[in-house]
Amino acid sequence: MKQQNLQLDEQGRLRHLLTIEGLKRQQIIDILDTAESFISVGDQQVRKVPLLRGKTVVNLFFEASTRTLTTFELAAKRLSADVLKVNVSTSSAVKGESLLDMLRNLEAMQCDMFVVRHNDSGAAHLIAQHVAPHISVLNAGDGRHAHPTQALLDMFTIRRHKKEFAPLTVAIVGDIMHSRVARSQIHALTTLGISELRVIAPKTLIPAQVESLGVHVFHDLKAGIKDADVIIMLRLQKERMLGALLPSEQEYFRTFGLTEEKLKLAKPDAIVMHPGPINRGVEMDSEVVDGPQSVILEQVSNGIAVRMAVMSMVLGRPPAEESGG
Amino acid sequence: MKTEHNDIEEMISQMAVKLREKLGDDVVKTAVMIGIHTGGVWLAERLQKQLGMTQPLGQLDISFYRDDFSRIGMHPQVKPSKLDAPIDDAHVILVDDILHTGRTIRAAMNEIFDYGRPASITLVVLGERSGRELPIQADVVGEHIELGSHEHVKLTGPDPLQLEVVETL
Repeated sequence: MKQQNLQLDEQGRLRHLLTIEGLKRQQIIDILDTAESFISVGDQQVRKVPLLRGKTVVNLFFEASTRTLTTFELAAKRLSADVLKVNVSTSSAVKGESLLDMLRNLEAMQCDMFVVRHNDSGAAHLIAQHVAPHISVLNAGDGRHAHPTQALLDMFTIRRHKKEFAPLTVAIVGDIMHSRVARSQIHALTTLGISELRVIAPKTLIPAQVESLGVHVFHDLKAGIKDADVIIMLRLQKERMLGALLPSEQEYFRTFGLTEEKLKLAKPDAIVMHPGPINRGVEMDSEVVDGPQSVILEQVSNGIAVRMAVMSMVLGRPPAEESGG
Repeated sequence: MKTEHNDIEEMISQMAVKLREKLGDDVVKTAVMIGIHTGGVWLAERLQKQLGMTQPLGQLDISFYRDDFSRIGMHPQVKPSKLDAPIDDAHVILVDDILHTGRTIRAAMNEIFDYGRPASITLVVLGERSGRELPIQADVVGEHIELGSHEHVKLTGPDPLQLEVVETL
């Protein structure tokens, strides 16, 4: 796909963020470094910087979301942008021409950025292909395809705890098959270069040929998390039960649920992550969710800084010029 | 052309003396010193040591407060700002290397006010040159620098600190 090229401008700078795939290691590092600077904005009495004053950001969410929508909105507001939230119901299935018509209308209102979540893979890509040249598109999750800002905030959270990526063993546990989060994480982790990347899931929830992405597949949780530095739990989408991919939530928890007991197999300083929303007692025990190794709420706060970084980078790339002091 | 290392250390000592004269011992004791990245931080560290100040040193990267973001864009190597001392009602000593257009200082003051309402801000710069575009002047100046129209001055460091005059195109 041409998405990798579509998201960069002529000078190779990030214009849209649609997928992690195709980003260079240094581009990911630059985003993480910039996000590090935005963390301190949260400590200010006035939690705002004037970078995107006068810019308008539109959150176009065709699919339900709390965390992602709110943190994108907060990120835009902390950059002093104006934020418009367009809630589009999934049931009305806005697609094809009507979607593009809607974009034309929003463009006519002089917006600068669309943050798009859609249950069809490729939706953000389609929008990016059709927007006016000054508009940037951020993918906030498209179908089973990608959720790049989630992967970036996860990398940011890992780096804050582990400093270096190179020596790390990372295990991603759960529904790899249907998870756009996992797909983006796999691309980010392999681009950053870690020691070993493992995916752990029942056979029915592992996509075919996933090994070609450079991961080791495990079907046994205990073997998979042994000596891991980072354990990323994925949400089990309950609708999958209906598709006969899993027998029951209870059985899933027994074999793939993370408990304190099993967590002891990982490194003593291993961190436990989850993109949310969590099904307590399905993917993991409450004791682990609220335990000392869990960084789940940090992921949420870090999401604001990372999204501020991406937003300011895509909107802040005019022609290079000498700066004055 | 480079200014010798010893001269700069000597200038900084004199700036510390001037600053103490201007603010008085009581204010200096409780003041919050803030350096602007990168040169201002190097200077602020030295001044703080010489004045025996106890509050944690503040560091500002004013990239998020620049007035030319829409023309120049995001600075690629922005560093985190770090202001651990409370700013409300504090006497702030703001330190930068070169005072030129005044725009950096404007941005720094805006950022400081987002952390609280200081009792006062005193501006300290190592070098002052012509070219002001805003009504901003320094309270303590190390040296007035005369530059030709195609010259530019910058501080290199941190060890040794050197003022360097370079030709611009």
